[in-house]
Amino acid sequence: MEENLTIERTNVALKKDDFVSDQMVKWCPGCGAHAILAAVENVFPKIGYRKENFLMVSGIGCSSRFPYYVNTYGFHGIHGRAHAIASGAKIANPRLSVWIATGDGDSMAIGGNHFIHLIRRNVDVNIMLFNNQIYGLTKGQYSPTTPMGTITKTSPYGTIEHPFNPGELVLGAQGTFFARVPDNNIKLMSESMMEAAKHDGTSVIEILQNCVIFADKTHEQITSKDLRDDNQIVLHHGEPMLFGTNKEKGIRLNGTRLEVVTIGEKGITLNDILIHDQYEKDPGIHLMLCKMSLPEFPVAIGVIRSASYPTYDDLMTESIEDARSNSKIKCVDDLLNSGDVFEIK
Amino acid sequence: MEDITKTVETDEVVIKFVGDSGDGMQLIGTLLSETAAQVGNDIATFPDFPAEIRAPQNTVAGVSGFQVRFGSNKINTPGDFCDFLIAMNPASLKANLKWCKKGATIILNSDSFEEKAIAKAGYTSNPLEDNSLTNYNVIPVQMYKMSVDAVQHLNIDNKSIEKSKNIFALGMMYYLFSLPIEGTLSMFEKKFKKKPEIVELNKTLLKEGFNYADTIEAVNSKIYVPPAKVEKAKYRNITGNVAIAWGFLAASERSGRPLFLGSYPITPATEILMELAKHKNLGAKVLQAEDEIAGICSAIGASFTGSLALTTTSGPGLSLKSEAIGLAVMTELPLVIVDVQRAGPSTGLPTKSEQSDLYQALWGRNGECPVIIIAASTPSDCFYYAYMAAKLSMEHMTPVILLSEGYIGFGSQLFKIPKVADLPSIKPPIAKPNDPNFLPYNRDERLVRQWALPGTDGLRHRIGGLEKENGIGNVSIDPLNHELMVKYRTAKVEKVADYIPEQEVEGNTEGDLLVVSWGSTYGAVNAAVEQLKKEGKKISHAHFHYIMPLPKNTNNLLSKFKKIVVCELNAGQFVNYLRMKESEYKFEQYNKVQGLPFNTNELTEKFNQILSN
Repeated sequence: MEENLTIERTNVALKKDDFVSDQMVKWCPGCGAHAILAAVENVFPKIGYRKENFLMVSGIGCSSRFPYYVNTYGFHGIHGRAHAIASGAKIANPRLSVWIATGDGDSMAIGGNHFIHLIRRNVDVNIMLFNNQIYGLTKGQYSPTTPMGTITKTSPYGTIEHPFNPGELVLGAQGTFFARVPDNNIKLMSESMMEAAKHDGTSVIEILQNCVIFADKTHEQITSKDLRDDNQIVLHHGEPMLFGTNKEKGIRLNGTRLEVVTIGEKGITLNDILIHDQYEKDPGIHLMLCKMSLPEFPVAIGVIRSASYPTYDDLMTESIEDARSNSKIKCVDDLLNSGDVFEIK
Repeated sequence: MEDITKTVETDEVVIKFVGDSGDGMQLIGTLLSETAAQVGNDIATFPDFPAEIRAPQNTVAGVSGFQVRFGSNKINTPGDFCDFLIAMNPASLKANLKWCKKGATIILNSDSFEEKAIAKAGYTSNPLEDNSLTNYNVIPVQMYKMSVDAVQHLNIDNKSIEKSKNIFALGMMYYLFSLPIEGTLSMFEKKFKKKPEIVELNKTLLKEGFNYADTIEAVNSKIYVPPAKVEKAKYRNITGNVAIAWGFLAASERSGRPLFLGSYPITPATEILMELAKHKNLGAKVLQAEDEIAGICSAIGASFTGSLALTTTSGPGLSLKSEAIGLAVMTELPLVIVDVQRAGPSTGLPTKSEQSDLYQALWGRNGECPVIIIAASTPSDCFYYAYMAAKLSMEHMTPVILLSEGYIGFGSQLFKIPKVADLPSIKPPIAKPNDPNFLPYNRDERLVRQWALPGTDGLRHRIGGLEKENGIGNVSIDPLNHELMVKYRTAKVEKVADYIPEQEVEGNTEGDLLVVSWGSTYGAVNAAVEQLKKEGKKISHAHFHYIMPLPKNTNNLLSKFKKIVVCELNAGQFVNYLRMKESEYKFEQYNKVQGLPFNTNELTEKFNQILSN
């Protein structure tokens, strides 16, 4: 029973319609989730896998209705447990391309434990983290990513909790892939999903998602047309970290800290600007990029980290093959008759 | 040397080895049991150890024990009280004297009975000198000194000798019970192949202990337990936890479904996880999860993708898994949850056995949430019931809770080795590729839906924890559909009664008293019933393995007895379930909630009392 590890590829060209489900999409009009669905329908046909080899897993929350809206094998789990369900599915059948649709409540609160351990193990699954900084499905309570001081239905006087920065959490859990994308940039979202699909190991894509009802414009400072040139920095591997309307500003390393500089001022040239290396194994710079926040820094967008490490599912398969070839026990009858067996005559 | 000690034949004997946690009691207990089994005795063993790994030396808290009972007849329990106690220190004597029969032989390591250890054990005077043991046959042996003397030619440090004095004690036992030492001698050679000096140390001590017992004529007579009339076949010793692991491996092989276990360590279930982790050679995939919930949820993911999916736990862990069991019920996926029960509630008595979780297994979830419940009753039948749990789960597309108990999980017994091909076949209802009639929640005549595995052509579908539309499987909040689906899920599990054996009654199928039991109490209850039968009482025994659903003939068999008593190691969980299910009968009950098994005397007393009322 040699296990075929690679995900089978399709021999026919797939298109968006191959992944559109017959279910009515019931997210609110204007919800950022619609854009995520559009990106998935755009990317899945291009990945090259057979359509039967995709598995979409979710937990609970607005994000977690996702499996019903995309025509793949799908599993809608229970709150916070999508990561554990997906781990079992992928380890049991490594030939599946496993995707998780989850939110900031699902992944950062009730499922926080599973989230970090999935990442630590580096199981080869892809997590789409819909971060709208609010509990939507339960109608407007604060989440672990809600900014300090925000007034919500469970924080009428403003929250007094420090929020998680998902990128920091992912890297703290030894994450090998982290991307951050705004929900209004479908092109970048699609590119990041494609890179996540290609990455061997746990990929996390944090999507800055707008909740029109309970946290409208929560990411406005980062995503709005007027502000985004100055408040976002889109990272591309191998390219200098530049931003601003005319790419006049950049990020440089000053001592042990990052710093925003303007090219041409105080003797700064393009040579001073950091070049993005998403494949660097040392997470130091990646962590600093994840942590950059307004108003001192622009928010880093795109694939921040994509480091290569062995995956849990590969290691599992290899160690099973090793054990199989080195053991005299080939079947359960061998096992039953191994060791201290005696015959009573 | 001519052996002049006379030999007395007896049907059975109960021996208990006790000492400090590090004294090697489990090892010599196991070696003696295996030797007794190999000469053809039937055996049952039970290790009794503290929750602490190494509690302070010479304290009662640190006492570790191993009880073995072997005999010429069928042995169903490790026995209530022992005929022989081997105590390595004062604390172990103090903790175990209450488990000795009157007149029992107590062999003591007298080297350890010095002032400090005696005080640490909580004695105010030396029990060897204060006449407190006059009702017993006490044999003090300087085990450490004798061991040092025996191996002085070997140039081995005293610490190693100190650690091996248990082997000297074992040698004495082999002599006293007329058991051969050759098997154990060759075991030492195999086990310590790379350490010839350790082989020599152990071999010498075993022989010297044997000879010493002969020389000192420690007992008036040696004991010989003739072989049991066990069926001619191949056997091995097995603990309940290992038997469960192997039953699942057999079910995986027979069904062709790869095995996946998601589990988190918890006493007394951890050995199942450890055992399956060894069997990557048979393709077993084992995930030691970050918590109990991840254990079961990863198993559900593996089940959705086509594995024989398992999770193992004990009471507190079962509580944590409740929500996920509901998910597996709703998605109608196969999943076996093993609960090796321990005394509760909460953390309770982690290393003590109790039939604590039947209510939890039956009803511990939100909504109408039926699952199959099966209970193993002996270490060796754990193999068969694990196999059946896997079979019924996959064939009927439903979670199964398999109840075991610490007492069975840690205990060991003679196990007749089966052939995998002789086990019942397992045929999971796997959906065929591109089946135009496939719908996720279509049901067959058993009300079972199909198992459609991701990766299969033409079967893409979505399932989850929200209520499903009958047949089609889309999310549905339709009121009548919900009621229909609740009825289907319940009826599906009840229909399993058509596929399990009828309940057997041991003894006449009618009479004055039917004794009902389940789980680990089989041996003790059966012994008590047999004893009263011999006395002419019209008493029979029904020991249940299938709890949900109950076997089809349950009602009928209950109707044939004037009185019914249900015996359980809890406050009355099965009896109340029976009162609900079979409400036309009056059930009496006998319960014990002490983290201890039943003993035969307390049961016969109760049965006599009921019979005479």
